[in-house]
Amino acid sequence: MDQILSALVSILFHGLAYGMILYVISVGLSVTMGLMGFANLAHGVFAMAGGYITVTLMNGFGIHFFLALVTACIVVALASVVLERLLYSRLYTASELDQVLFTIGIIFMASAAARYAWGPLPQRMILPESLSGQVDLGFRTFPTYRTFLIVVSGVIIAALWLGIERTRFGAQLRAAVDNRRMAEAIGINTRRLFTATFAVGSGLAALGGGLGADILAIEPAYALEYLVYFLIVVSVGGLGTVKGPFVAAVLLGVTDTTCKYLIPEFGAFFIFLAMIGLLLWRPTGLFGRA
Amino acid sequence: MRRTVLAVALATGVALSATSTLAQTIKVGVINTYSGPQASLGDQIDKGIQLYLKKNEGSLPAGVKIELVRRDDTGPNPEVAIRLAQELIVREKVQFITGVVWTPVAAALAKVVDQAKVPLVLANASAAMLPTLSPWVTRMSLSMWHAGYPLGQWAARNGLGRVYTAVSDYTPGHDSEQAFTKGYVDNGGVIAGSVRMPLQNPDFVPFLQRIKDAKPDAVFAFLPAGRQATAFMKAFGDLGLSSAGIKLIGTGDIVTDEELPNMGQTPLGVITAFHYSAAADRPENKEFVAAWKQEFGPTSTPNYMSVGGWDAMGAIVEAIKAQNGKVTAEKSLELLRNWKNAASPRGPVSIDPSTGDIVQNVYIRRTEMRDGALANIEFETFPQVKDPWKELNKKK
Repeated sequence: MDQILSALVSILFHGLAYGMILYVISVGLSVTMGLMGFANLAHGVFAMAGGYITVTLMNGFGIHFFLALVTACIVVALASVVLERLLYSRLYTASELDQVLFTIGIIFMASAAARYAWGPLPQRMILPESLSGQVDLGFRTFPTYRTFLIVVSGVIIAALWLGIERTRFGAQLRAAVDNRRMAEAIGINTRRLFTATFAVGSGLAALGGGLGADILAIEPAYALEYLVYFLIVVSVGGLGTVKGPFVAAVLLGVTDTTCKYLIPEFGAFFIFLAMIGLLLWRPTGLFGRA
Repeated sequence: MRRTVLAVALATGVALSATSTLAQTIKVGVINTYSGPQASLGDQIDKGIQLYLKKNEGSLPAGVKIELVRRDDTGPNPEVAIRLAQELIVREKVQFITGVVWTPVAAALAKVVDQAKVPLVLANASAAMLPTLSPWVTRMSLSMWHAGYPLGQWAARNGLGRVYTAVSDYTPGHDSEQAFTKGYVDNGGVIAGSVRMPLQNPDFVPFLQRIKDAKPDAVFAFLPAGRQATAFMKAFGDLGLSSAGIKLIGTGDIVTDEELPNMGQTPLGVITAFHYSAAADRPENKEFVAAWKQEFGPTSTPNYMSVGGWDAMGAIVEAIKAQNGKVTAEKSLELLRNWKNAASPRGPVSIDPSTGDIVQNVYIRRTEMRDGALANIEFETFPQVKDPWKELNKKK
């Protein structure tokens, strides 16, 4: 009995850590898609860029993991503003097909650029001493790195929730997601709002890419490789919310891990079956608005 | 006067035509993966081919040049590879085809070269049955059984009584699972359980947790080299399987030389069977690694695929030399099928003329710290192993 319980705790713990990373990367995608209706498939590119910057700063310049993470987050957020103003903003009124073609194109260009600059191999990720090994939480030990992932993601989630529910910016954002034309009519500058949201979303993706680099390895195909998972999180969670993707990501992480544990031969299919079922039941996702 | 001019003209003409028959270019088609997510594999093979050619170009008969015609199959895409091979044979008139990362690509190409009668020299692609598909196929790399079967024998004889197998769910995974199981069970080992893991899989924790609960003496693992093997290794470390007394063994794919630096400390003590380690002490290998680092930079490390490319090109160059540049397909094939190299970086190798497959030493290695970096140190040798799958199926 003890052993089953211990295995269960381990599975839940690892599933949670995995889900949290998916959430931090995907939440920006959900909000920007909900706000502007822009299908940005290239969202993973920002996570990949964050990962590359983090590992390059660490391996090439000996900068500490935490500092590298923050730098990556800021650099990518700023770069995304430039991209948004130069490229994305031209396609806001374009058809969905144009948007998808455009963002898929960005993925391919980013992959080729990453391969050119860093080569085809996954990047080396050496965690700092303080994050390697195991941490004792009283009743049992857990890998420090994954515990750290859960804690940091938890803090990010709390900050996001506060930012959206309790600040003026958040109120404007919620208003714009609910009804953009009305929000514009009462004087909210939705364009600026969107640029800011886009930057925050991309910065978070970069943070997630760097944070999770030890689980989701940084390599040129990253943005394409994990795209399916980001999209599952967003579509199951629902567009335009921060709560939805959180529930979806944790569900994805925990059920995927549990099913693969219980029935390894079929476990990999289960998550897709569950997604089909969920979307048939609620086509706009768990917390999406019709 | 006029006559002398004519004579001189005639003489130069003769001389010119004589040199032009001597100066000839032999085209070698390379079908390889140069782009896409798996481009790192093709890169290693291509560098092996390049390096061999650069070091040995001078030994070709006077006037003979080799031109590589590279084509990109972009991944395991047989339909693309068939089109490329047809183009290489019909339009470029290549006299050899080499490269080939993937088993499905090799299987498709076997049919093409069988009809076109062009020798196909595989630098990788490791499903056991490949060389049986056509006499025009020779293989310079390995069969999945080369590594799995001897490791099974070794594990059973070295006190690993119960082993759990964990392989990626695709043909080479199935092959290595069967190879290991056969070698292991025939020598008295007990399989504690087995699992086939999806090829697209970001996190290996659930599978390893299951294995941890089964408490075997060791896990036998096969995953494609690169991201998958590294992720598996990290999860193995995270879940603390080694502190629970579970050893990790596998084919060399899980600790390929170029990936070792990305894996942290977990691979320490991992035992693998393979035909090549960049850390091997053979003088031929030291020379090879030194030449590699000089050519491609000190941080670049050759792996088993590089050696596959190196030996494939070596066999082709030898075949051209032996024919003194006047290459015919039939003669080339005969030479390739009887190729021997006592001084390959991986030790003595040869082609078994009856199967077209490679005969080579298989080494049992332990991953250890050497000069501040992880390395696969060979400590036991199964000498001159013929593909066990073909040997076992022959007896029946």
